Amino acid sequence: MAIRHRVPGQLTRGQSILRGVVLFVGAVVFLFPFYYMVIGSLQASPDTSLGGAFPNPGNITGENYVAINSRVNLFQGLLSSSIFTGGVVLGTVVFGLLAGYALAVLQWRGRGATFALALLVQVVPFQLLMIPLYVMIARNYGLADNYLGMILPFFINSTAVVIFRQYFLQVPKELFDAARIDGAGDFRLLWQVAIPLVRPALVTVVLLTFIGPWNEFLWPFLITKEASMQPLAVSLANYISTVAASTANPYGAMLAGAVVLAAPVVVLFIVFQRYFISTDIGSGVKG
Amino acid sequence: MSSTTGVRPAAETTGSRGPVSRRRRGSLTKRVFGKHPLGWLLSAPYLIFVIAVFAYPLVFAAYISLHDYFFSAPGATVDRPFTGIDNYVTALTDPRVLRSFGNVGIFLLINVPLTVVLSIVLASALNKVVHFRAFLRVSYYVPYVTASVAVVGVWLFLFNGGGLVNSLLGPLAPDPSWLINSAWAMPTIALFVTWKQLGFYILLYLAALQNVPKELYESASTDGAGAFRSFFSVTVPGVRPATVLVLLLATVTGANLFTEPYLLTGGGGPDGASASPVLIMYQQGIQQGKPGYAAAIGVVLVLFVLVLAFLQYRFASGKED
Repeated sequence: MAIRHRVPGQLTRGQSILRGVVLFVGAVVFLFPFYYMVIGSLQASPDTSLGGAFPNPGNITGENYVAINSRVNLFQGLLSSSIFTGGVVLGTVVFGLLAGYALAVLQWRGRGATFALALLVQVVPFQLLMIPLYVMIARNYGLADNYLGMILPFFINSTAVVIFRQYFLQVPKELFDAARIDGAGDFRLLWQVAIPLVRPALVTVVLLTFIGPWNEFLWPFLITKEASMQPLAVSLANYISTVAASTANPYGAMLAGAVVLAAPVVVLFIVFQRYFISTDIGSGVKG
Repeated sequence: MSSTTGVRPAAETTGSRGPVSRRRRGSLTKRVFGKHPLGWLLSAPYLIFVIAVFAYPLVFAAYISLHDYFFSAPGATVDRPFTGIDNYVTALTDPRVLRSFGNVGIFLLINVPLTVVLSIVLASALNKVVHFRAFLRVSYYVPYVTASVAVVGVWLFLFNGGGLVNSLLGPLAPDPSWLINSAWAMPTIALFVTWKQLGFYILLYLAALQNVPKELYESASTDGAGAFRSFFSVTVPGVRPATVLVLLLATVTGANLFTEPYLLTGGGGPDGASASPVLIMYQQGIQQGKPGYAAAIGVVLVLFVLVLAFLQYRFASGKED
């Protein structure tokens, strides 16, 4: 942010303070449930009074994590989530990058239509496709309880295609021309010139693609029956909807599971926050 | 979209001058696929993916909805008679389905205005702030990047009968509590989704704010407009394209509602007061084994979204004048 000189009509001191208060209250509203998630997961007995929102040394325990792990195999769930997410991220980085490169740099018939398609796909209500996809993947192809069936509907993230295109468009065209004159073939051009230039886009795309499958509930819930195949979001949801009521401290165990599910994503986004900025995301949806 | 066209034609014309390139353009593949047929090859996996996972299932959904479709083992040939619009008639006369569409209506009435107002206000406040910018931005989008299933756990803990929210409200707490109260269940879900998605819309508005010319603010203040006046006469019209997009995406999110009624209100309870169309599709199509019926609900849902999106586009983009 550049230094702004105060022009008439700029915020007065009072208005600046008001703005600060609004932003701060907003931050508290967004963050408090996460703080409360951690506090609740450590309580030996649930304390829902105002005082319960503060850590109480007499009421802290790790028992809830043991309890949830005995009902839901956390390691197995994290492993399933990782395979599901890894497959989608790999598909998106490889094929999404190729499509983004073709859309930005190469000239071919149907390029405009393909780009329009990538934008359109993002507003199709995915849940409508639940029934036909379930019939095709689980029934016709027999891919229920199979990672392939889980990954397939998410394999290439369309937002990522648009973001890659946007980054490739920003690369000066002269660079490609110069490399061509030097005799670089199409694949060398892509591998040695284009990809190194859009490395920051890779981080943005991985972050954006990661949250889709990691957090997805409905699709893996539909096509997994075996507990050992279920991603953590699904097994935790099953715990919440069925078994929670029958345990001693249902909220404690539920929140412990929630912490395990949320932690990897939250840490990832805090560490790489500078790659998840507004302009990329804006261009990813709008084109 | 406009940036795809208009950039390259210059290269096309210069390229066709030399005798070598004229010979090249004459080759069949170039005539069919354009100057760089490689573009087709590189995009092919994505195009196949879109056809297999979006285009074909859309057509297939319409096909299923017109038949008495049922599940069978892979490879088995079974008779699935054509039944015309029977599934649609059954769906549109089913009070549970009608109620679920009404519920989405309630959801959108609360969620959409709240989302637009809060995200535009927070984004423009965040845009001018100098300190703690990264911290504030991250705290706003943390709910967006976290799994619904995880945050649903905390909301259940906060909003249950004896939860923190009720113990703070004391005698003001609704009875029965939020999620098991038929009047409050849907508004609570709408509030949850607003809170969860807001960070994403704030990012969209932040991007849009970078495109509002600084001179407009300067001329507004020369004309004597204060901060609030210039917010309404410069910022709000300046980010109008983003508002159209936010309206569209919020509506699509509302139509997709499933996880929240499934988990927060234990399957659309109490007594269907928070059931969403997708939840009914799941219950009828997968649990009860009536995919034809569920597909018909899905097709109606998409038409519902298309009509809403069109109306929003007409009114929000100011095209009518």
